[in-house]
Amino acid sequence: MTGEIILTYAIAISLLVGSIFALVGAIGLLKFNDSMTRLHAPTKVGTVGIGAFLLASMLYSFTYGEGSMHELLIMAFLFVTAPISANFMAKVNIHRRACDTPPEPPRDDTWSTLNVPEEDKHMEGDSAKPSSTAG
Amino acid sequence: MSFATQLMDTALIIAFVVAVLAQIMSMIRLVLGPSTGDRILALDTMVVNAIGLIVLLGIAQGVRIYFEVSLIIAMLGFVSTVAYARFVLRGDIIE
Repeated sequence: MTGEIILTYAIAISLLVGSIFALVGAIGLLKFNDSMTRLHAPTKVGTVGIGAFLLASMLYSFTYGEGSMHELLIMAFLFVTAPISANFMAKVNIHRRACDTPPEPPRDDTWSTLNVPEEDKHMEGDSAKPSSTAG
Repeated sequence: MSFATQLMDTALIIAFVVAVLAQIMSMIRLVLGPSTGDRILALDTMVVNAIGLIVLLGIAQGVRIYFEVSLIIAMLGFVSTVAYARFVLRGDIIE
């Protein structure tokens, strides 16, 4: 009986935690002002909120039924696929130029491989086909 | 009815209200969304929130069968998000 009461409290707490996370994710989706920023709220926070709901469902089945771990399957699937779909949406944002792209790197010779001394300039062409000269 | 059961029922109602609010907010973003990426993101969020609503319905009714529904919706939602993103990126879904 005591275990059932503790599990009921655990269900209530995980439901409340899940609803806080889901609400924060949805508010972030609505209120952020940039496409790339908006991507962060629902794909991470919202997914954790739904994961807490699934945990509550799992605890419920252990408390009032014979118990099953089936929700773990949905949780694993959701947690694995959320970053992949977020990556695809970020690619769409970059493709449609919906976000600020970083500036082009300046063309300078601070890289040691680009800073070739004058007497070695004739060897630069050979680096493209090293096997023919080495053999 | 003990205090723990009462608390769980209240938490369940709060979770239902929050899931519906999140669904409405993503719907607003779906309508507003300035770019295609935002619309895809809003649709993906709506699928995830729908999974949450179905899970909550399963808790409220004490029915185990809703697990399979939410698993199928999770798979379908991921595939449709990737398909939509690929269509925008490549102009074709299956090349």
